[in-house]
This record gives sequence, C-alpha cells and structure tokens, in this order.
Amino acid sequence: MSAVHGYRKPLIRRDRTFEFLIPQYVDDLDLSHGTALYLEDISVNFDGFQAIKDLNFYVNTGELRCLIGPNGAGKTTLMDIVTGKTRPDTGSAWFGQRINLLRMDEAEIAQAGIGRKFQKPSVFENLSVFDNLELSMTGTRSVWGTFRAKMNRQTVERIEAMAETINLTDQLNRVAGLLSHGQKQWLEIGMLIMQNPILLLVDEPAAGMTHQEMDKTVELLRSLAGERAVVVVEHDMEFVRALQAPVTVLHQGSVLAEGTMDDIQNNSNVMRVYLGTESTT
Amino acid sequence: MRTGKSRLSSLLFISAVVTLLVSVTTFNQLPADHDLHVGNFMVSLLGKYLTYAILAVAVDLVWGYLGILSLGHAAFFALGGYAMGMYLMRQIGDRGVYGNPDLPDFMVFLNWTELPWYWSGFDSFAFTALAILLIPGLLAFVFGWFAFRSRVNGVYLSIITQALTYALMLAFFRNEMGFGGNNGLTDFKDILGFDLRSDQVRLGLFIASGVALIIVYLLCDSLLRSRLGKVAIAIRDAEDRTRFLGYRVERVKLTLFTLSAMIAGLAGALYVPQVGIINPGEFSPLNSIEVVVWVAIGGRGTLYGAVIGAMGVNYAKTWFTGAYPEAWLFALGLLFVLVTLALPKGIAGLHLFKSRNKPTGKMEPKT
Repeated sequence: MSAVHGYRKPLIRRDRTFEFLIPQYVDDLDLSHGTALYLEDISVNFDGFQAIKDLNFYVNTGELRCLIGPNGAGKTTLMDIVTGKTRPDTGSAWFGQRINLLRMDEAEIAQAGIGRKFQKPSVFENLSVFDNLELSMTGTRSVWGTFRAKMNRQTVERIEAMAETINLTDQLNRVAGLLSHGQKQWLEIGMLIMQNPILLLVDEPAAGMTHQEMDKTVELLRSLAGERAVVVVEHDMEFVRALQAPVTVLHQGSVLAEGTMDDIQNNSNVMRVYLGTESTT
Repeated sequence: MRTGKSRLSSLLFISAVVTLLVSVTTFNQLPADHDLHVGNFMVSLLGKYLTYAILAVAVDLVWGYLGILSLGHAAFFALGGYAMGMYLMRQIGDRGVYGNPDLPDFMVFLNWTELPWYWSGFDSFAFTALAILLIPGLLAFVFGWFAFRSRVNGVYLSIITQALTYALMLAFFRNEMGFGGNNGLTDFKDILGFDLRSDQVRLGLFIASGVALIIVYLLCDSLLRSRLGKVAIAIRDAEDRTRFLGYRVERVKLTLFTLSAMIAGLAGALYVPQVGIINPGEFSPLNSIEVVVWVAIGGRGTLYGAVIGAMGVNYAKTWFTGAYPEAWLFALGLLFVLVTLALPKGIAGLHLFKSRNKPTGKMEPKT
C-alpha cells in the first residue's frame, strides 16, 4: 500500500494502453450507457491533506442521489472537481461517456449541462430576482450575444413560471439581497433549474429552511429527478430520509458505504464514523 | 419599467450637458464687459473638465460595474493624448523653432536625422483617430488577456495596473524613446488646419468634448442596460457564481476593460489640444489614483455620478490651487475620507438622486 503511495502517475496503466485514442471533448453529450457521471480513482491532495483518496463515484441518468458524510469527508471537494473548480491529482472524470471534465473550465462544464448550487446561498444580491433568473436561463453566453439579447414574451413567461414554482412571484422586482435566507435558497434552486442542466449538484439545500419549506424542497428535488440526475449533499438526516433516495457515505475522501437510508443506518462502519464508537461485533 | 427610469436619467443627463454646451457658447459670444460673459480661459477649462468626465466614465465602467479597480487608467488617457500630440506635432511642419520641415524640434535638438518609423502615419488625421482608439485598446487587450486569464483579481490587479502606468512613465521620460522625453510634446499650432489658439477652435474643442461625453455616456448606458450589463454586475458581486452559470468571465472583463481603455484614450486625445501639452507626467500613478477618487466621490456604479465627481472635484481643485495651493491635497484627502465614511455611494447616493437610481447600478461598499 505505502509502496504504491507517492507513485502518483504511473507511466503506463494496463487498462489505458490506448488512452490517446479516446476523444477528449465532444460537443454532444452521450448518455447511452445510462451513466451521467463517472468519477474514477480520483485523488486530491491539498498541501499534504488528502481531501479525496481513490474515490469512485457513479451517478446514473435521472437518478436522485444523496451524499452524506462528516465534515471534511470531501463532499464539497467532490463537487469542486465535477464543476471544474479543483483539478484532481489523479483519476478521471467523465460526463456521459464522451465529455472529459478534467479538460474543461467552469464555464464549459456549466454549458455542457452541469449545474451547481452552493452551500452558502449565492445569488446576485444587487440584481433583481427577475434578473437573477434571466442570467441563469439557457441561451447565449457570449459577450456579443448577451449584449444583443432581447427578452420576448416566451422568455418572460418562462421566468414568471419559474418564479411561481419557487414561490417568488411577488418578489420578482425586488433586489435579491433583500430576500430571506430560505428565499435565497429557493432562488438559487430556481436559477439552477433555469440552466436546464442534465446533472444537478445541490449542496445543502435545506439549510435555513423551515419545515414547510423543506417539505416543498423535497418535493421539488424529487420531481426534478427522472429527467435529470440530481446529487444532493445534506447534513439534515430527516431531509435525506424524506428524499427516499440511495445514499452514498463519504469518509476521509473515499466512499464508505452505499445503499438505502436503512442500510446505511445499520451499517457498522457508518456508525463507527458518525458515532465514534467501535462496532461491537 | 426600470428601463424607463434609466432612459429618464440618460435624458436628464444629456439635457444637462447640452444646456452646459449651449449656455457656455452663448455667454462666450457676449461682449467681454458683460456680466454673464464666459471667458476663453473658462471655456478651455470646462473643456478640460469634460475630458476628465469621459475618463471618469471609463473608470466607472470597469470599477463601478465590473469590480476591476484600475489604478492605471491615466496610462490609456496619456497614450491617447500622445497619439493626438504626435499628430499636432506633425501639423507644425516647418514652423518650429529650428524650421525643420521633416523633424519636430526635439528631434533636431537631439541631432536625429530622420523620423522614427513609429511616427509615420501621424501626418494623417484619420490614422491618428484610429491610433487614439487602437493603441490604448491594444495595450489593455494584451494586459487584460494575461491578467484575466490567470484570474488576477482585486488588489493584486490594482497593483499591476499601477506598475503598468509607472513603467510607461519611466519609458516616456527617456529621450531615446522619441516622444520628447520629459518635456513631452508641445508648441502645437494647428488642428485639422485650424489655428489652435483661436477662440473659435477652443470653443469647438469644448463642444466636441461635450458631444464625445454624450456619445460615450449613451454607449456605456446601452451596454449596461443590456444583459451584458447585468452579467458585469454579476461578475462584480459573485465572480465564481457567474462562471458556474456558464459565462466566460475573462472574456466579459477583457471586452469591457479594452473598451474602457479606448474611451480613456479618446478623453486623452481631446484633452491634449485644449491644454496644449502632453508630457510623461500624465502617466504618473498619482493621476490614476485621482481619477478613482473622482469616481468614488461622485458615486461609483452610476455613470452620471462619475461625471459629477470628475467635474466637481476638478472645479474645486482649480479654485483651491488658486486660493490655497498648499492645502489642496489635504482637502482632497479629507474629502475622500469623508465621502467614504459618510456617503459610501458618493454624491449620486444622496437622497436627492436616489429616487431615480436604478437598483442594478448600486453597490454595497466592500470592506
């Protein structure tokens, strides 16, 4: 084990003899094998801290998946890798079969169809709710295109429909900075959906929400899955249970367990990590 | 609905500038002993303020709306000024002190025998007009290309812009650069064949500066009112978020920064014929900082705020340096501190202006 360690990038891997033949970036997303996201053998080291270690993580198309784990388990780092914010030291990350995420920057990844909601609600505080949704809407992203962009009835209706979904219809012309914490969370989820992504990464959507809001969020996230793959990171176990989705537990940068919420709660490894007790077997 | 408000504020702004232009022109025509007569000195002074206002709009575009605190915009201003200065030098022809038809005086003085290659073309006004926009634009493009691609941000970017203008100042101070060394370019005679010292031409330059300000204002306003303007504000407030929405942040920054540099170059080109000289002192880092102070006092994030700041502070400067010359820098410093503490949104943030302030343009002070 330790002999392999530090031997980060082997020159030749037997399963990757003809790696140069793999097309690195293809415009169209290919999901024909039913897997939206492949993360394989990912390792990230931040100045000696091993944030992610030999991680393998797959998400099927249309799947709703929960990602839990104690602080420092690597959940946010994992999202950073998928969205291009952090480059792993080793491993590969593919979106569908044909898009290599490690060769793309944040903007390209977002345009390819991966949306992200941050842990801390991050909306554009000095822009109105309407403008926030307008900027997130699918469509041109070029400098000239955004300069020439015109609103038509259809796009306005789309934004209004979204505002209704996220309960912000009466706030449309308010500056987003004036919204409550929960409303900002909703707005950010709305912005995410406006991007029409194929894979959504949602970091702690329930933080700062009341029970009713949480129930609505669960409903919304569940309705999104099916069409899109959704990965939810959440600390609130009640919320995770309500999502009724397969759960992946991360611990010290690797996958500790995978299964339904009941399996996870009875898993001795997970209990050890979460409760700090040695398993009694 | 908000667009309507913005249209109203542009309309108000344009009428204010037009009123200034018309009234100054009218009062300038009055006989010299009339109470309302505006002297030629005042016309040139106001013309100079108008070019400063254009420069302030350029800085506000990148600082107030995009969050790039450029402490080197005087460099683009000076480059535009030098391009105009070179044209004006060529217009002198053989009327210089040495009477050399091919070479400007300072080159004769340095015993140069032929015109350096980079001076060719400046005989033509069309070429000069292009150079005024393209030289600052090109510098900003190359600078921005490297800076924004490597995601240099905040105070680091500000320091690099300072270094840029300082390096240019040192370079232009050198005689062998061929731009007149520390004396710069001066002793201009004609512009487009008209005598620069005549009252009509001075008035014409004043009006041209006002018209340029209106055009620049309208250009920036249409830009900021479009979705691109919202993207700019999004970048200012949450750069990462904008990137994760799929926008190429570095391209937006590069475009607006380059445009802003071209506007600054235009301002410099209008400035030089009105003050009659351009020298390396214009590149001085202090000048760039002063522009930032105008914008802060006037109110960053509002275009008219930048204009009010530039005109107001410079008027105060003219008055102060006449009445209490040694106190001016203290007064400016005090004004800056007071505005930062009491009016974080500048004069434009005052209640008087607030009702027609568009929410997208406002900016919370960042610590």
